[in-house]
Amino acid sequence: MIKKNIKSTPSVSLDNVSITYGNSVAVKNVFCNIEKNQVTSFIGPSGCGKSTVIRAINRMNDLIEGCKLSGSVIFEGIDIYAEDIDPVEVRRKIGMVFQQPNPFPKSIYENIAFGARVNGYKGNMDQLVEESLTKAAVWDECKDKLNESGYSLSGGQQQRLCIARTIAIEPDVILMDEPCSALDPLSTLKIEETIHELKKNFTIIIVTHNMQQANRVSDYTAFFNTEKKDKDLSGKIGFLVEFDKTKKMFTSPNQKSTQDYISGKFG
Amino acid sequence: MKNLKLDIDSYCKLLLRVDKANTSKFSLRKRPTSEKLVDVGFKNIVVAMASMVAVVLFSIFAVVYYESTESISRYGLRFLFNSAWNPVTDEYGAFTAIYGTLITSIASLLIAIPLGVGTAIFITENIIPEYIRNVIGIMVELLAAIPSVVLGLWAVFIMEPFIRPFLNIIYELFGFIPFFSTQPLGAGMMPAILILVVMILPIITSISKDSLKQVPSKLRQAAYGIGASRWTTIFKVIIPAAISGITGGVLLALGRAMGETMAVTMIIGNSNNFSWSIFAPSYTISSMLANQFGEADGSQVSSLMYAALILMILTLLVNVFAQWIVKKLSLKYQ
Amino acid sequence: MNYTSQKSLTYNPSLARNIGNRTLTIISALFAFISVLPLILVISYVLIKGGSYINIETLILEPEPPGDDLLSAGGIGPAITGTFIMAVIASIISIPVGVGGGIYLTEYSKSGKFAKFIRFGSNVLAGVPSIISGVFIYAIIVSTKILFGSMFSGIAGGISLSILMLPTIIKTTDEALKLVPDDMRRAALGVGASKFTMITNITLPAAFSSICTGVLLALARAAGETAPLIFTALFSRYYITSFDDLFYEMGSLSVLIYNFALEPYEAQNQLAWAASFILVVVLLSLNILSRWIGSHGAFSKNKL
Ligand SMILES: Nc1ncnc2c1ncn2[C@@H]1O[C@H](COP(=O)(O)OP(=O)(O)OP(=O)(O)O)[C@@H](O)[C@H]1O
Ligand SMILES: [Mg+2]
Repeated sequence: MIKKNIKSTPSVSLDNVSITYGNSVAVKNVFCNIEKNQVTSFIGPSGCGKSTVIRAINRMNDLIEGCKLSGSVIFEGIDIYAEDIDPVEVRRKIGMVFQQPNPFPKSIYENIAFGARVNGYKGNMDQLVEESLTKAAVWDECKDKLNESGYSLSGGQQQRLCIARTIAIEPDVILMDEPCSALDPLSTLKIEETIHELKKNFTIIIVTHNMQQANRVSDYTAFFNTEKKDKDLSGKIGFLVEFDKTKKMFTSPNQKSTQDYISGKFG
Repeated sequence: MKNLKLDIDSYCKLLLRVDKANTSKFSLRKRPTSEKLVDVGFKNIVVAMASMVAVVLFSIFAVVYYESTESISRYGLRFLFNSAWNPVTDEYGAFTAIYGTLITSIASLLIAIPLGVGTAIFITENIIPEYIRNVIGIMVELLAAIPSVVLGLWAVFIMEPFIRPFLNIIYELFGFIPFFSTQPLGAGMMPAILILVVMILPIITSISKDSLKQVPSKLRQAAYGIGASRWTTIFKVIIPAAISGITGGVLLALGRAMGETMAVTMIIGNSNNFSWSIFAPSYTISSMLANQFGEADGSQVSSLMYAALILMILTLLVNVFAQWIVKKLSLKYQ
Repeated sequence: MNYTSQKSLTYNPSLARNIGNRTLTIISALFAFISVLPLILVISYVLIKGGSYINIETLILEPEPPGDDLLSAGGIGPAITGTFIMAVIASIISIPVGVGGGIYLTEYSKSGKFAKFIRFGSNVLAGVPSIISGVFIYAIIVSTKILFGSMFSGIAGGISLSILMLPTIIKTTDEALKLVPDDMRRAALGVGASKFTMITNITLPAAFSSICTGVLLALARAAGETAPLIFTALFSRYYITSFDDLFYEMGSLSVLIYNFALEPYEAQNQLAWAASFILVVVLLSLNILSRWIGSHGAFSKNKL
């Protein structure tokens, strides 16, 4: 599996994306090009729509009733919200790891094998299970208990199992929504190492509340913020403030609010 | 949560105010014996009331068993396998009724499970807008509110005449199979099975719906997130996670179907002539009771009581098994 | 590459997976349609056919004895009052016992052995076929003439209905009280209320609407039951005129439907349809009312 690293073509691009839940707008007018085989992190205060946007990239929002998207999400040149697109096909190319670890109530082995089978895997299953668990840095902890329930693992191990499950289906893009929020520092470090490894083969988008983490793992950073709706005082709308190379974002951002947020002045 | 706190506060104030109003300042600081008596008395009363359940349940078994002792000692287990039911020669066996009970309840279950679970899935998935799904859910549950005797009336005058031609076609095509070997001429087991389907459908649907709704959404997300399609997710993830509740509902429905009386009595034809065919008139234990108990005397009463005992044991087993399986299976996914 | 993946993301309608998914979705929709069909059919027949026989005379007259030489079969008046009276008798017995039992389960013995046994017992009792309750009451009350020498009676009918209501009321009371947060109990006990005061002034009122829901559902179920009545209350064509009449046979809508549906005369069948109309309208209203109360209560399931 060799992928060429072509800098110039974005893997995913968001083109004037606005997302509403029922009647309330959650995020509006997001433009953003996500580079292939790079790690992009989404940061911003709670409720600014990071999860909403990342879920939009593999059409997970389809599961939420009343969630609507305008604008377009382009993946490798194709608008994934076009009429004739099969969302299942999209999710096979763009995998997702969730904020809370969510293994299936099956054995560890089956957790990996299930996704592979669903995607029509034809190779050696044992090998795939070992490989993906190794890549997700959890093989050592699992190898003696592959037939035990996924729930017999600790939270951090479960999260890495979920990452392994996603790696196993070999998507092009992996979305991670705060994958480390439920983890201890050590597991967090392990996952960050895993992300570094994965970058070689996958495009990664990660939502995080941890500035150091964004700084450590990502090549690009997108900063989201909220603004008050015009009349309605209670509701807030999220929007993309700034998107650039992580280095630039963390040293000399263009916007003052980015600077404030990154240095911990609000959020 | 905030409201709750307020509630509690106002309740406390209320309590204090009651105390103040009734007495000079805090004369109730020392609890009077009367209050203690009320407390103890109340506890004893509610214990007695709770015990009523056990008393009633036990007496039902005891009475039915006691009334059937004559038949039990006369026939023993032979009663279960003898299809003779003859007040003239005073010879009784419940085979026809037991066969009828088992066939009607199991057949109706086989039809109602796919219908009920399918409906439950349909109204928990976001295929059509939520309010339409809610309406469907409520309609299926309201079906349970229609009394059995009304369903029986409807079955006798509307449903049975309507389906008879279709049953006749089945008879003509598959009459060589013992189960379809008699001509459908009106009342019989098949219409009884269909009306039982109508009666147990709401149980299966609403319990399955509740269990499916309780499956954590993160499991569904996990499956969709690795590219599983809707029905792969349903069959491989959602249903396995909800299986304990669904099985419990199915077993409750089975118990209900076995004990259901009125609608079945009105449409099953009430005949003790044994036939394998589901188009033939037959009996279930409960319809036999409804039909004969009023006019029975002598050893026929005791035999009917014996049949009632069998029905009770059957439903008891099914219900206990239902409770057990719900516990057993739900532990698996904790 | 270990996965045979499609080159494009386009929805491919001829893909086995997509065909399977569409088929299953259509089947489930079809099943849902079939499942609501009986309700629509039964209700429309009962309302249209039954409703067409409803007039003042049917509502108040006593039914005539079956026979084909009649112009009118009379009415269902005594059956309406009979059903009402027996439902009241059943409620008088089962509501205090059921609510009391539920109070015991939640407030006094949360998870003791005895409580477990009672919970198990009420589940089992709920599963006992309704005809058995009739047989049981026949054996202990009707055939023994224990009620002042009377045999079939409205009281016996009411008692046998109360057996059906009891487990539902216990269970819903138990569950309703469990939904009341413990904070409220601590608050009450904390200001020195006795346990009796706490239950009657705090927890019962808080659980009131959920308990009402359960009681109404149990009542609706009992009022429509026939099987427990056919050998306990039997049937009567006459209005009750005095208290003593409670100790004699009593008519009810459900038994009237059963008896008259099987008569070969058109006039009686029409009365059966008319009685179904009344019964279904009342029971559906009770059901909808209980749902409404259930969804508006302070601590109903839907809210917590
Ligand atoms: N399922 C939903 N239904 C309705 N509104 C939602 C839903 N999910 C999110 N929202 C709304 O959309 C807005 C953005 O939420 P989102 O979860 O995307 O924020 P976030 O940036 O991920 O926050 P956090 O950092 O806390 O995870 C919020 O105002 C939220 O109330
Ligand atoms: Mg989020």
